[in-house]
Amino acid sequence: MMSKFMMSCEESRHICDKAQYQEASTWEKIKFKCHLFICKVCKQHTITNSKLTLLIDKIKTSTLTSSEKEQLKSSFNKELQNHQ
Amino acid sequence: MPNHKINPNQWIDLYSDYLFNYTITRVNDRAKAQDLISETFLAGLNSMKNFKGEASERTWLVSILKRKIIDHYRKTNSNKGKAEVRMSYNSDSETEGDWLEQRVADPFDKTAEDQIENTELADAINECLSKLPKKQAKIFEMKTILNYETETICNELEITASNLWVIIHRARVAMASCLEKNWF
Repeated sequence: MMSKFMMSCEESRHICDKAQYQEASTWEKIKFKCHLFICKVCKQHTITNSKLTLLIDKIKTSTLTSSEKEQLKSSFNKELQNHQ
Repeated sequence: MPNHKINPNQWIDLYSDYLFNYTITRVNDRAKAQDLISETFLAGLNSMKNFKGEASERTWLVSILKRKIIDHYRKTNSNKGKAEVRMSYNSDSETEGDWLEQRVADPFDKTAEDQIENTELADAINECLSKLPKKQAKIFEMKTILNYETETICNELEITASNLWVIIHRARVAMASCLEKNWF
């Protein structure tokens, strides 16, 4: 029974990455939490990984990506040429 | 009073990030925010002759954008058949027709510090991203910043899902250690 809850650090980090993109299943999350309870190294990794997600979310929501900006520029330049 | 000049050739480079940031905090929908900015630039282009040069270009564009955002919510409300939006904050006939927003302090306005911090963070992230191997950076950007589905990236780059997660893991570890000094 206990073995069902056990996982390696490698597996735990994989689930931690998936969880950053909301792609971890409920069962994976339960096993992951159990692992964090006994593994300080993975716990620290999880804190750092989540912090990275927070930082990326901060810029993701506040700036345009370069491809979005290019798209905006090309459609605006067309209008600008028609206008001149 | 300073007489500001208008130059639409530089609008996208100079103001698109600021306007996007301004919009996304108000409409909370990336695609809608881009549409609103695009409409704002077009409206600005079509009403360039009304620009008197009393305010800066950015202030002028923001005042157009504010109208667009209000129109967006008005449209959403009427689409849903909800109550009509009527705003009459000022009945002074002399100022009728002036931008309402210019007379009301906006409590949700972003401060200069927020702007600077976000710009610095974006620069730091881009710099760290440029230090990653090309393929790793591309996959990380597609997955994390552009929110592509795992399956889409795998199909496009012809890699397996497990391969993708290994690359993402390496990229995340590298990005975290790169940003750790100043941002963690």
